[in-house]
Amino acid sequence: MSLAHDSRITVRPAALAQRPARIWPEINHPAAWIVAVILLIMPLIANGFFLIEIFASTLILGTMALSLMFLAGYGGMVSLMQLTIAGFSAYMVAVFGVSGNANISLGWPWWLAVPMALALATAFGTLGGALAVRTEGIYTIMITLAIGAAFYYFTNQNWAIFNGHTGINTVATPHFWGVNWRADIPFYYIVLAVAALCYFAVEYLSRAPFGLALQGVRDNPRRMAALGFNVNAHRVAAYAFASFIAALAGVLQVWNYRQISPGSVSVGACIDVLIIAVVGGITRPIGPFIGALIFVLLRTFALDFLVRIGLDGNRFRLLIGLGFLAIVFWSSDGVIGLWQRWRQRGSASRSGGGHRHG
Amino acid sequence: MSRFVERHPAWALISIIAIAVGLWLVFAIWPPGLEEAIGRKRVFLNAVFNGITLGGLYFLVASGFTLIFGLMRNVNLAHGSLYLFGGYVGYAVSTATGSWILSFIVAFILTALVGVLLQLIVFRRMEGQDLRQTMVTIGLSIVFADLMLWACGGDFYQIQTPNWLIGPVDLPLVTAIKSSGEPVYLRYPMVRLVIFAASVVIGVAMWLALNRTRIGMIVRAGVDDRDILAATGVRIQLVFVLVFAFGAGLAGIAGVVGGTFQSLSPGEDIRFLLASLVVVIVGGMGSIAGAALGALIIGLAEQLGSVYIPTYAIVVTFLIMVLVLAIRPQGLLARR
Repeated sequence: MSLAHDSRITVRPAALAQRPARIWPEINHPAAWIVAVILLIMPLIANGFFLIEIFASTLILGTMALSLMFLAGYGGMVSLMQLTIAGFSAYMVAVFGVSGNANISLGWPWWLAVPMALALATAFGTLGGALAVRTEGIYTIMITLAIGAAFYYFTNQNWAIFNGHTGINTVATPHFWGVNWRADIPFYYIVLAVAALCYFAVEYLSRAPFGLALQGVRDNPRRMAALGFNVNAHRVAAYAFASFIAALAGVLQVWNYRQISPGSVSVGACIDVLIIAVVGGITRPIGPFIGALIFVLLRTFALDFLVRIGLDGNRFRLLIGLGFLAIVFWSSDGVIGLWQRWRQRGSASRSGGGHRHG
Repeated sequence: MSRFVERHPAWALISIIAIAVGLWLVFAIWPPGLEEAIGRKRVFLNAVFNGITLGGLYFLVASGFTLIFGLMRNVNLAHGSLYLFGGYVGYAVSTATGSWILSFIVAFILTALVGVLLQLIVFRRMEGQDLRQTMVTIGLSIVFADLMLWACGGDFYQIQTPNWLIGPVDLPLVTAIKSSGEPVYLRYPMVRLVIFAASVVIGVAMWLALNRTRIGMIVRAGVDDRDILAATGVRIQLVFVLVFAFGAGLAGIAGVVGGTFQSLSPGEDIRFLLASLVVVIVGGMGSIAGAALGALIIGLAEQLGSVYIPTYAIVVTFLIMVLVLAIRPQGLLARR
């Protein structure tokens, strides 16, 4: 196993080690309260377009990227199949629930279809994880990418369950207690609640004994094994937890767009989730949400922006790719790392050479 | 081989039986009952030949990928972009000059140059940092894909097969017996056979170069222990650049082959990146023989799968990968 050990990905643990162990680290910070209040009163500020297209999309994508952040940041396992798990969950909601394709959908009520989808997607992700943990480092990336690609091509070819490349349309959304929960404002709050729940769950778990053991496994698996921890079991459990988060995001995704098709589980989209997590910062749970906001803003406004400064508006992916390259080249901690470095440079003069990697 | 038989007698027996059944299916004249059960022999033979020739193409892409990884631990997820770039270059050259052979040479040289630039600008700066290499090459592949989309548009291109290779050729394989008692021979496109033969030649030449020459010895030593090799005075950075250039050039050649067999369009880069990933996962990272075996298995599985179980073809490929991971996580022919 020497080869696997050499190529193990080491996500830099320094950022975590430097932080004193507190229970709710972000909550004491005034900026965290301001952000929380802004998010809560958002429907008063933003119109429907911003509420759904920008903020709800950001929170959904951020939750998917959060599941990757949990695996990569705390477990040292970079999984490219988190979007695939979310897409599987979305497909299962469409298959078990109510949709326009009456011969595929089983027509269960949402409170039955959603737990089913969550359970199946979590099982799917855990199985994929059990496969991926047999390898390490770069191999994990390749295998999870291959799983994601296999799922994409399978949904394209399979008509019995996934309805081929047309996908499943007009998926029903929940409607009870006289409220249409897909209406802009209720839906925004559902998304916000789920995203916040996942965020705090990851924050909590990273300090719970399981999370600490997982970080130990990330930093030195052999030592943890010698201490009596079951390394693979911890890793698979991490995949199970991350899969559940991704599955939740998938349910929200299918309710948001009311349809699901192979295009939304494509390989490019899988890689987008990685980009989001890396650009935001992969060492802390807030990073994926920052990355998702940047990504969604770029996706929505880059075309207009490029046209306005006289360039071809279709080069939006070039812009994203170049921005991603720049961030990966200069800061391995993403935007958070850049910000922290900037603050450190401002406050302390003892810069030295220790911050080369962010 | 004999060690494998000693260690895993059951698996060896299963493989021998599978190979024997496969050979019988190819060479024998099928009894009527079999044709009724699984269809015409011509269909089967075509699928087998398509699978083998597709395997040749996969080998060209994956061997460069696995060579670069094996020697330098460079994770080049932009390898698919090199493939597509080589294909577009080959298309441009062959339409401009009308020479198919020349398109291979130009594609090899240009993609090799891109490889040199990648090695000098990107990989030399981040040696041993797998995750950053992965991220940077993913970013590069996005940028390359968009630049190629910009330059070439979203159309499908096909490289024209030269006149002397157009047309089918009769193979000495009987597919059926006519009612008059006359045998019907399999007809198969000439160009695919020639390209397959060329990829076999390239593969054998690579194996010989790696195992029988001094430069190959240096490369193999580098795969085993880079630091000691550098300490013995070999200019390892130069070796890295040359190997990267060669691996990238192979991807470029494969692009021309792919453009002749199939077609070139945006998205093919991802497809071939994934194919080479699956091939090297199955065959074993860093092993040329593993790339050959993996390419053959995946090519056959894909083609036979798409003929006999079209809906689940991709699942078959995937199941093979899962099976290999379950039995030998390091790949079939990896040494470690």
